[in-house]
Amino acid sequence: MTIDQPRNDKDGAVSSHDGHSEVATRDGAPAQFENPGLPPHVHRAGDHDEKAAKRSERQVAALFTMSMLGTVLFIVSYFAISADDVVTLPLIGPMKALHAALGTTLAMSLLGIGLGAVHWAKTLMSDEEVVEERHTLRSPDEARDGALKILEEGAESAQLKRRPLVKYTLGASMGLFALPLGLQLVGSLGPLRRSKVVGDLQTTLWDSKLPNGKPRRLMRDPDNTPIRLSDVTLGSVFHVLPEGIDEAAHPQNEKVKASVILVSLEESVIKSAREKAWGIGGVVAYSKICTHVGCPVGLYEQQTHHLLCPCHQSTFDMTDDCKVVFGPAGHPLPQLKISVDTEGYIVADQGFKEPVGPSFWERS
Amino acid sequence: MTTSRPADDLRKDDKRDEPKGNGGPAGAIANWVDERTGAAKGARFLMKKVFPDHWSFMLGEIAMYSLIILLLTGTFLTFWFVPSMGETVYNGSYVPLKGVQMSEAFKSTVNISMDVRGGLLIRQIHHWAALLFLVSIMLHMARVFFTGAFRKPREINWIIGLLLFMLAMVEGFAGYSLPDDLLSGTGIRAAEGFMLSIPVIGSYVASLVFGGGFPGEAIIPRLFTVHVLLLPAIIVGLFTAHIILVMVHKHTQYPGPGRTNKNVVGFPLMPVYTAKAGGFFFIVFGVTALISGLVTINPIWMYGPYEPTMVTAGSQPDWYMGFADGALRLLPGRLEFTLLEHTFVFNVFIGAILLIPLMWTAMGIYPFLEKWVTGDNEEHHLLDRPRNAPTRTGIGMAFFVFYFVLFFAAGNDLMAIKLHLSINDITWAFRILTFLGPVMAFWITKRLCLSLQRRDRDLVLHGRETGRIIRTAEGRFFEAHEPLNRYQRWPLVSFASHAPVSLPAGIDRNGVRRRKAAADKMRVRLSHFFFNDRIEPVTPAELEAAHHHDEPVREEIDHTVEEARRLEGDDFGGKLHGGAEELSSSSAYGHPDQR
Ligand code: HEM
Ligand code: FES
Repeated sequence: MTIDQPRNDKDGAVSSHDGHSEVATRDGAPAQFENPGLPPHVHRAGDHDEKAAKRSERQVAALFTMSMLGTVLFIVSYFAISADDVVTLPLIGPMKALHAALGTTLAMSLLGIGLGAVHWAKTLMSDEEVVEERHTLRSPDEARDGALKILEEGAESAQLKRRPLVKYTLGASMGLFALPLGLQLVGSLGPLRRSKVVGDLQTTLWDSKLPNGKPRRLMRDPDNTPIRLSDVTLGSVFHVLPEGIDEAAHPQNEKVKASVILVSLEESVIKSAREKAWGIGGVVAYSKICTHVGCPVGLYEQQTHHLLCPCHQSTFDMTDDCKVVFGPAGHPLPQLKISVDTEGYIVADQGFKEPVGPSFWERS
Repeated sequence: MTTSRPADDLRKDDKRDEPKGNGGPAGAIANWVDERTGAAKGARFLMKKVFPDHWSFMLGEIAMYSLIILLLTGTFLTFWFVPSMGETVYNGSYVPLKGVQMSEAFKSTVNISMDVRGGLLIRQIHHWAALLFLVSIMLHMARVFFTGAFRKPREINWIIGLLLFMLAMVEGFAGYSLPDDLLSGTGIRAAEGFMLSIPVIGSYVASLVFGGGFPGEAIIPRLFTVHVLLLPAIIVGLFTAHIILVMVHKHTQYPGPGRTNKNVVGFPLMPVYTAKAGGFFFIVFGVTALISGLVTINPIWMYGPYEPTMVTAGSQPDWYMGFADGALRLLPGRLEFTLLEHTFVFNVFIGAILLIPLMWTAMGIYPFLEKWVTGDNEEHHLLDRPRNAPTRTGIGMAFFVFYFVLFFAAGNDLMAIKLHLSINDITWAFRILTFLGPVMAFWITKRLCLSLQRRDRDLVLHGRETGRIIRTAEGRFFEAHEPLNRYQRWPLVSFASHAPVSLPAGIDRNGVRRRKAAADKMRVRLSHFFFNDRIEPVTPAELEAAHHHDEPVREEIDHTVEEARRLEGDDFGGKLHGGAEELSSSSAYGHPDQR
């Protein structure tokens, strides 16, 4: 091991507190320590021992070769492995063989280059630290004044000061020119008529009757079959969409608003008079769209009669107007008033009496 | 050379001033380019640039490399991805989905995963790289914050970095939504709920974004344009500005012997940094490829296409959106209320819309706040060790804890199941922690920093504990302390300790400048908050004093040595047994050798 002489930086002192200062205390000791300069350089094995350097060279070359091997293996795998083959890897389990092979061979190809280059830099390239000077970023006063002068002369030559009319109209037109573009964008991205925007949020397919004038039946989702009251045994749960939803202009948009959950409860557990009145002997229907931010409220707990939203755990009490008993939702799920038609199927007499889903400014 | 051939006559007027390149064909090309661009000047400047070495400087590099990986793999994906919500029926090779109705977007993503050879690998690399991108940005920001690298002249880069972080989150969310699977569809559904919660204009915002009601047919194509064109262009632009500023400012460095505020100590771009950084790019890419080949992420074929009436249990966003999701879980429903015939949806609005801008504004203001409090107008190129800025470090940790309380609150349901606790209790605990956690974190961190600083002082004054015990003739025991040499000492003593400012006299009685006086008072109060508890670095005088204080002990040890020599005579050879043997090279409790 050889040790060089300590290299002292010619400029150890800097701004007020990052370097030393020449202020001395009473007894002559300096107020701050002095930067000792770069420590002596410690050489690596390979710097003097050609054998060690040779070893490093071979290691780097081996890594680069590993990369080439990875590249070849990737190409072979791409052509040779069937898309249906499955391998079981330890700790990971069954995987598509092609995918795993391509991933690992690509990794090999890339890592070989990366590790090789870093090893090369660390063992063979000079590890002697280099010092570069910094300069204050602020331009010299002369340059600043020069720039200012050009600006002033430019303004002068453009008569900016003497012709205020030009200045103000330019300012105004620059301020306004983006308006047409903005208007085009905002005006045309989506409908902005209040009746359309807010109307859309306030209505669902349940508000309208079928084209033949009959009320919509509650249909099983996704089978699309009507539900007889007699099929609804105590404790059963049905996911429901309105009859004729596939004929709507935008079925997906309608599903988002109109989906309903139908549950059969013991009539005696229902606490709310309105809930009883809007159901049929303990069979009640509620909007399935969470009043928080709109996830489908999919989980019904038989014992507690709670409906749970999987997104942020809002919990609604089905025996009490679906009030929020826990979680971030701000108001109950709206109830759908149901009855039985002449053929014994459950229908909705009328739409929801309040908007479904997440709250919005115009909701109340 | 004389020549008489006619062909040579033809050429005799040709300009021959091109210097004979002796670099072979590469040299010839370089010459050709430089004569047309003058690039060699810039190249020389760049290749000589010095970069300091430290593991924490690689965090930003990882962010840069994952961005490149994202641009590359993202471009690949566009060749097969179909950004359309048109309905179609699946008939590809993945049996469980055969005959299922789905959007073109979902179908093409399943197609990339199942039928495009290597397509799944590209998708997985894209998604893993997105996660890595955001982790590395966040850690990089933390490094910059805790070391004070945001100070003058780097405030602009701090702001650019914040913007990049925010845009990266939005970009990730947009990309995550593109496949139109059940999970991401639920995410967009929630996003509509977020927009609806905005007071006054919320319903219209949602209508504009979705082109009418949710989901409509516009959102995927629009998100596609945002994801592959708009945001990447802005991100690449900001990133370029970020890097150019790093070049202009030159990299910061940690304090150390030979490092000053006026230099950079490290390795030149050519060849060391080219090899190290270039190699590191391949390592990041390789590791991402390896993870992507072995660990499945976002298996959309298992979630199925988006169906508005369906949802999967435990649906959660990608990790970087977790904190906003957590905030949504903690805000009580009571914050939704009706006033003057309008509905205020603050239970959603605060968490989903306000939180991010508020947090980002707080982070954006911090450098300017600190500068105002310290009144420090210097350029800073030497980093702070986090312990030497206890209040800043405390504030940073408070912010982190706030972020992670929200992040973990997004798992309140999983915790309730795993720990068999009531979700109600867990949620309340998180609500309290949101406020208490940051305060505790601040206090603990600050105390910890101060005691670390005290330990540094001890080290400088009394040296390192060696673990060797020395027994003196009187039977007293001392531990041998090895003094720091001046290279080891320098990083521990070369920091600035700000003193709190006090109110300039007379200002408070100055009725005319009342507003200014109020600002001054505020500044004094903040300055006390920042710097009341502080530890000053050891001064040479203190070190001197410590030696005098340690002198009796040293004399006693010297005496012991003397005694031993007397007793054992010459065969002792002037050396002691055991621990004291080392005294010659490192005196116990002794003077550091002041070279
Ligand atoms: C800059 C940061 C970027 C981030 C954070 C990001 C993130 C994501 C994420 C999380 C996904 C979902 C992947 C999945 O299916 O699991 C995605 C999908 C996608 N991204 Fe990016 N991305 C970025 C840049 C780009 C760029 C520059 C392009 C194209 C030029 C691109 C093109 C795509 C495409 C076409 C998809 C949909 C295909 C698919 O999901 O398989 N991305 N992105
Ligand atoms: S969407 Fe149901 S709790 Fe948030």
